Amino acid sequence: MAHEWLFVGLFLIIGIGFPVIPLVLSRIVAPRKPHALKHQTYECGMETVGDTWVQFKAQYYIFSLVFVIFDVEIVFLFPWAVAYRQLPFFAVLEGVLFILILAGGLVYAWRKGALDWV
Amino acid sequence: MPEMNIGDFLVYLYDLLGWLLGVIGLHSSAVSLLQKLVAGFVLANFAMLTPIFTIWLERKVAARFQDRLGPNRVGPFGLFQSFADIVKLVIKEDITPVGADKVIFNIGPVLAVMSVVGIWAVIPFASTMVGTDINVGILYSVAVGAIGTLAIMMGGWASNNKYALLGAFRTVSQLVSYEVPMIVALLVPTLLAGSMRMNDIVAEQQVWFIVAAPLAMMVFLVSSIAEVGRAPFDLLEAESEIVAGFHVEYTGMKFGVWMLAEFVHAFTISALAAVVFLGGWRGPLVDQYPLLGAIYFLTKTYVVYMVLLWIRVTLPRVRIDHMNALNWKFLVPLSLAVLVVTALVGKAVPADVSAGGRALVLFLSNVALAVVSISLLAGFSRKLQAVEQVSIDSSGAGG
Repeated sequence: MAHEWLFVGLFLIIGIGFPVIPLVLSRIVAPRKPHALKHQTYECGMETVGDTWVQFKAQYYIFSLVFVIFDVEIVFLFPWAVAYRQLPFFAVLEGVLFILILAGGLVYAWRKGALDWV
Repeated sequence: MPEMNIGDFLVYLYDLLGWLLGVIGLHSSAVSLLQKLVAGFVLANFAMLTPIFTIWLERKVAARFQDRLGPNRVGPFGLFQSFADIVKLVIKEDITPVGADKVIFNIGPVLAVMSVVGIWAVIPFASTMVGTDINVGILYSVAVGAIGTLAIMMGGWASNNKYALLGAFRTVSQLVSYEVPMIVALLVPTLLAGSMRMNDIVAEQQVWFIVAAPLAMMVFLVSSIAEVGRAPFDLLEAESEIVAGFHVEYTGMKFGVWMLAEFVHAFTISALAAVVFLGGWRGPLVDQYPLLGAIYFLTKTYVVYMVLLWIRVTLPRVRIDHMNALNWKFLVPLSLAVLVVTALVGKAVPADVSAGGRALVLFLSNVALAVVSISLLAGFSRKLQAVEQVSIDSSGAGG
């Protein structure tokens, strides 16, 4: 068990190391001729006005709230799905009921207009 | 020496490496660590170097779709085009814009590659040929893949560019939304196989799950195209709207690493679909020659990849509100319905029915569900059209 996860850990470290190699290579090989204009923010030739990290209204912020609810609930469904074969019919029905409650939440958000472009 | 077939050859190599290291006098735990490192290195090499070929394939096939020739100058059939591109990207000057958050700016692309390459740790090439067969394989693949969202947000935020920020916001909205139907679609094969372990899921597919769960596969493919962020869901890049989205400020090899992440991701999604729905390494004669499974697996992966490519070059980009509506108003309810129907029908079928019969019943229930959902969708869009027609008529009368 621990050995399996050791491999995952090592693999992720290798996964970090791999893209670093061409980046380092590029740093060695590529020319470096800094120029003030070159390092300006790219805005199709326009000069940047004001700060970049401004507050703006993302019309879709409500989706992330709906997502959080769904994502948490789906985690509960995985054990149910794994155990599905051993479960009696009644327990499967309970799982279905759980999904229906989840769907009820979706319908509620839908009727409230949370899924529309606001 | 006991007789050895081709499939065990890799296991044999692995053991040979362990034995050699043991002979040098290393401690057994160090030996197993080094063994894992070498195996992981080979696997990561495969995942990282495949794009060199798939990029060429993609450009060539997309060109044919669009009645062009595609790359044909560098090497035979332009095969070495990707190498030329890599050299070009490496020797380009790397520019970091003023005011960028340098550390996060650099971590972004690296993290993006890590998140997609990490999925390959659990993908079985053949029954004996899998990085590590952890018991939560499917959940792990989703969890590691989700780090990519974070990477894109980091890149977009740290660039100190408004277009990049807009792109990153869109990305989070899209990737986070489409994760829901993707995970629910993956719940269906989990439920059918009764396990989250990748090799168990493949072993359970006497009849491929595409037969028992065609709708789940469709939902999975659509939502994973959105997860990769390619056309028709390439809103995060959208050259004509927000120049290039989150990676507008990236130059040289850093841009190349973003591209690498995208192409590895597309290939990884195809591999996942092949494993979970198309029977992975299953095929004739696999029991005698397990290594044959790797060939079957790669063939299936490339078939799925071609389908993704086909969709990419055929469909135009969707509008952002349509993108969200498609997910929350169609794919999420559909995927939940598929899950419920599969769970109920699967239990309703008596236990002594053969795997084929069970798959057939599930297939028919899927077809019924598809008919119902398409007719609902048709009614809905007819209603919408009527409303639009009324508004056009009234505006025409007024003006």
